Amino acid sequence: MATTTPSLLKRITPQLIILAVVLGLNLLVFPDFFDVSFRNGRIFGNLVDVFNRGAPVALLCIGMTLVIATKGIDLSVGAVMAIAGATAASLVTDGHGWGTALIGALATGALCGAWNGVLVAVLRIQPIVATLVLMVAGRGIAQLITEGTILTFNNEGLIRLGAGTVLGIPTPIVIWLALGTLATLAVRRTALGMLIEAIGVNEASSRLAGINSRVLLICVYLASGLCAALAGVIVAADIKGADANNAGLWLELDAILAVVIGGNSLLGGRFSIVASLIGALIIQSVNSVILLSGMPPEFNLVIKAILILAILVIQSPKIGHLIYMLRASGPESLPERARPSAAPKEDAP
Amino acid sequence: MIRSTHLPLMVTLATFVLAYALCASQYPAMLSTRVVANLLTDNAFLGIVAVGMTFVILSGGIDLSVGSVIAFTGVFLAVILRDTSIHPLAAFALVLALTTGFGAAMGATIHYLEMPPFIVTLAGMFLARGAAYVLSTDSVPITHEFYDTLQDIYYKAPGGGRFRLIGGLMLLTFIAGALIAHRTRFGQNVYALGGGAQTARLMGVPLASTTVGIYAISGGLAGLAGIVFSLYTSAGYSLATVGVELDAIAAVVIGGTLLSGGYGFVAGTFFGILIMGLIQTYIVFDGTLSSWWTKIVIGALLFAFILLQKGLTWATTTRRKRATGSAQPS
Repeated sequence: MATTTPSLLKRITPQLIILAVVLGLNLLVFPDFFDVSFRNGRIFGNLVDVFNRGAPVALLCIGMTLVIATKGIDLSVGAVMAIAGATAASLVTDGHGWGTALIGALATGALCGAWNGVLVAVLRIQPIVATLVLMVAGRGIAQLITEGTILTFNNEGLIRLGAGTVLGIPTPIVIWLALGTLATLAVRRTALGMLIEAIGVNEASSRLAGINSRVLLICVYLASGLCAALAGVIVAADIKGADANNAGLWLELDAILAVVIGGNSLLGGRFSIVASLIGALIIQSVNSVILLSGMPPEFNLVIKAILILAILVIQSPKIGHLIYMLRASGPESLPERARPSAAPKEDAP
Repeated sequence: MIRSTHLPLMVTLATFVLAYALCASQYPAMLSTRVVANLLTDNAFLGIVAVGMTFVILSGGIDLSVGSVIAFTGVFLAVILRDTSIHPLAAFALVLALTTGFGAAMGATIHYLEMPPFIVTLAGMFLARGAAYVLSTDSVPITHEFYDTLQDIYYKAPGGGRFRLIGGLMLLTFIAGALIAHRTRFGQNVYALGGGAQTARLMGVPLASTTVGIYAISGGLAGLAGIVFSLYTSAGYSLATVGVELDAIAAVVIGGTLLSGGYGFVAGTFFGILIMGLIQTYIVFDGTLSSWWTKIVIGALLFAFILLQKGLTWATTTRRKRATGSAQPS
């Protein structure tokens, strides 16, 4: 749907405006915010930092957008990050190369994603519950891999994934931009995106229309697991260690938030990865405003909460409500059904 | 005869009895009243919050804010008792009003703005945790003689077990919760709402007041759990009770309540809490197992009970189909 440039631009305008406002606030509290310099073979600057620090959430929200588009949710991504980070760290400390470690971590992430996918698609468990299992147990599994310690490592190749540069640009930025582009192209240049949206709008009818929803659902959760694994490796590489307790803690909530700020309905249907990525940048910019303004970091959560509430109230428009009311008062009162069809209209104000 | 509707409750009960028997066969000391008393005391705050969570989940919703509300309550009490001279009882009343109002506000947001409970309570979680940070980032000790008085109330059972006030408070909460859920109109409305909002509305269930009431109960009980937690630790810390909402949800599910709503028992949650407490006690007794095994075992239990629920739902629907197919009302 949002394949042509003008319609995509129209879709992401609200997000761009919010991002511009938040970046403007940054400029207000820190006049040198947009200064970017080139030192020691890499670019430096606060703006670069926003992109760099936002990498884990940005990666997570690529997968999360797809999952939410199928009317699902993936609560386990934070735990999967911890598992993947622990796997990579334990592989390099055992003397394996960074390539093996990366592949091992991605494989674990894929396995976790596939587990979630099977629970949702085959056993038909609600996504919140299905992914809750791994969210609760995942950190325990990660602890099992690291044997209860923070596994540190000195593998240059692995560290470069989190702290290195490619052509002067920090690697995490390159990774999430590349993956974001790849995912956008994969869902928008093929019918894949539309099939995912079809599942989110109405899974039963999508199956009747000949979509193999079961396989597609598993693939979507698998993709989310892969994204989480990549984010986990980056976080571990960044601190040169795998912390099973704190790696990716609460990042699943940030990722869901980024997707919601990106204007994607939690009830599934139409989605935009680009808008979600901008949502991730907005979250990181808010963090940066709070840091740069010298406000006590205690206020971080309160401000974030108020921001979420504001955005949610804005996104809960009268149009959707009106349609709901009209359908509810009509002879065929099926508001339960009316909701998903009303939801996409909320996204395009 | 056991009705099939009671089966999940029975399975939970059987799991608890079996697990306890296994633990006791390995460590006979686990049968002592001390262990039983500690099981109640250590899980008191979790139990109280899980009662509220049972109501929320019975109605088909979810409340992610409870862990943060507990932390906020603890910090609020600690700070207000440190900085002012008001009596703890007045502070309790104040904080209960505050948290109940907070829950009601979330319920109103969910109902009137038609937002998913998941995302509204997520915002509530950030808000409550943030408010706790703003009050104090340090752990604030509570030193009030009234706290000492409350902590010294206990019933000493033969065998040395001390049944403390907070354990008793949890039991009372469970009894009150069970009575409200199964014996009042509000409780029936909660079940009806969980069975389907649209059906409930057509049946004349007041959706607005029920939804607001459910989340107010959950918020208020989270506040009560916060008071109990502050009695338990004698301190308020804004980083405390992170992830308690997950433990509460897990306890509710292990207790046999259907996460899609409309089916479950408050009593089941009680045994869910006891099972989770038992796992921790076993790990303490064993001494060689790391505490992270708790998480893995709880995750596995969660999975097993979800599968059980799925199997039962599937069995019921096929039987109902067969019954309607042969035109015989069951």
